[in-house]
Amino acid sequence: MTFHPKIDYRELHRSKRHMPFDDGIPFVYTPENRDRLEVIARRYPPDPAGRRSAILPALYLVQRQIGYVSLSAIQQVASAIGCTPADVEDVVSFYTMFYTRPMGKYVVQVCRTLPCALRGAERVTEELMDALGTGPSGTDPSGNFTLMEVECLGACDRAPLVMVNDSWHECLGPEDAKTLAADLLARGEDALTGCHHQAPDRGKG
Amino acid sequence: MDPILTKYVREPHAYTLDSYLRHEGYEGLRKALAMKPEQVIDVVKASGLKGRGGAGFPAGMKWQFVVKDTPRPKYIVCNADESEPGTFKDHLLMERNPHLLFEGCLIACHAIGAKVAYIYIRGEFLHVQEVLEQQLEEAYTKGYVGKNVMGLGFDCEIHIHRGAGAYEAGEETALLESLEGRRAQPRLKPPFPAIAGLYGSPTAVNNVETLCNVPSIMRNGAEWYAALGPEKNGGPKLYCISGHVQRPGVYEASMKMTLRELIFDVAGGVRDGRALKAVIPGGSSVPILLPHQLDIEASFDGVAKAGSLLGSAGIIVLDDTTCMVWLAENLLRFYRHESCGKCTPCREGTQWVLSILEKIERGEGEMKDLALLENVAGLIAGKTLCAFGDAAATPALTTLKNFRAEYEAHVREGRCTVPAPWRRRRTATVHAH
Repeated sequence: MTFHPKIDYRELHRSKRHMPFDDGIPFVYTPENRDRLEVIARRYPPDPAGRRSAILPALYLVQRQIGYVSLSAIQQVASAIGCTPADVEDVVSFYTMFYTRPMGKYVVQVCRTLPCALRGAERVTEELMDALGTGPSGTDPSGNFTLMEVECLGACDRAPLVMVNDSWHECLGPEDAKTLAADLLARGEDALTGCHHQAPDRGKG
Repeated sequence: MDPILTKYVREPHAYTLDSYLRHEGYEGLRKALAMKPEQVIDVVKASGLKGRGGAGFPAGMKWQFVVKDTPRPKYIVCNADESEPGTFKDHLLMERNPHLLFEGCLIACHAIGAKVAYIYIRGEFLHVQEVLEQQLEEAYTKGYVGKNVMGLGFDCEIHIHRGAGAYEAGEETALLESLEGRRAQPRLKPPFPAIAGLYGSPTAVNNVETLCNVPSIMRNGAEWYAALGPEKNGGPKLYCISGHVQRPGVYEASMKMTLRELIFDVAGGVRDGRALKAVIPGGSSVPILLPHQLDIEASFDGVAKAGSLLGSAGIIVLDDTTCMVWLAENLLRFYRHESCGKCTPCREGTQWVLSILEKIERGEGEMKDLALLENVAGLIAGKTLCAFGDAAATPALTTLKNFRAEYEAHVREGRCTVPAPWRRRRTATVHAH
């Protein structure tokens, strides 16, 4: 991002992408998630600085509950942690794994960084765009699929790498990408097989 | 060399406590607990263990710098935010040998007098975190972590903290900021974490692989460890080989091995019978080496002598279909996206370097852009709080230095002169990150 006058600030500034989305629905943690937050908070020192460490876990619980972090949720996290909503928004807007608006049912993330790109990640993105009907980063009209290009996921020996929700699909060449997309369209969640090339064969080459 | 860190990782139940205990698991900790903390630090110093995260700083020294005389608690923080492009060794260690990491954390805690260790794992490694959490619970239940470890009167907690997608969190002070519930932005140093780290307390931040080396040093001694590698580069090393090779993967070897042996013998050489163009030997942030520069020890000192860095040992192999302007553009897109925004030269500079590279790659570049590129990249390097600035400037500077003719050909012909079938077929869409 940049503040240079020749570059459209509104297009590049992170806060444009991460401006918290007001869905008008008041957020409340489920009792289980609220309890879980307290269990996690006990890992850190029992003082305000220690409690603040639980912001990231608190946001993950929000995202697991409603799929993204809404404006109302930011206020709830702030009151649960004991900090200001601005403190929470500061954190939310920084990290790429927190979504600030509703995403597709399947969030398809293609690793685009060099080791994956050397093995055809750019072609994988093209195939997925065509098959899922999205842009290189965006959601399809049905709201089922959100395609994103992300930076190095840390499994470059299994490139190209595609992450669908929390499930990793490794060694996914452009042809396999087509199959994965067709599979997702036909079978939905059942197509998510998790890590394809999981250890023990990891690193065998 | 017989593997040490990854010897059993391909066995189906390698990650379980039972399997770990069958292979001398937690014996290093038992030996360490029989020693005074200072003795443990002395052994690690004598072993010459260098930090495996990228900087190669001696681990024993890092522990020794941790302030002893303080009423505050002390902390061990394990940097498991592995996100340097081309690096995936900690991923394997944590997924397949989690108890080795726990044992390393416990020994480190004993050495510096800490009662708590945090493992900061990157958010995308959820499947790895699940293994870690499950095994940590097992270790707590069986008395290897928590109160009175192994009945030896040592109390130590280990907690896992999940990051949320920020490359910069791999920088040690930015990691501490993130662990404290803030943006992952680096701190001004000094004070170093050894004096004022997590919650302002003395802290040692160590990489996963570094901590995983400690148990075997305790078991077998410093001399044994030092003798595994060349002088001052002792121990086993995990190499992550990716890109255009036949067999990409994580390979454990002595640092006596040469880069050429690693790429051609271990990883099977360049795929599809193509010619080698260049190698990035230590993750995306380090200078490129050319094919004639590979007959060097793949050690911290060996690679440094050749003008690059071993870094995180992420060896990215490039064949002759790789366009170097495209490569710099790809990496700069990464650095622009990951720049934390704290220091102006990096926040603004990465955007401008990327813009110039895009212009040249599109075929709209002019000869004067090459000098401009060097100038802007040079204005980032060395002018930021953390090493990110140097890393971000490197791809443009190193490709310009070694492949200037390729840049000039792009400008002269007004197009990319090294197209490859594995690249995108449509015009690139410019997206705002």
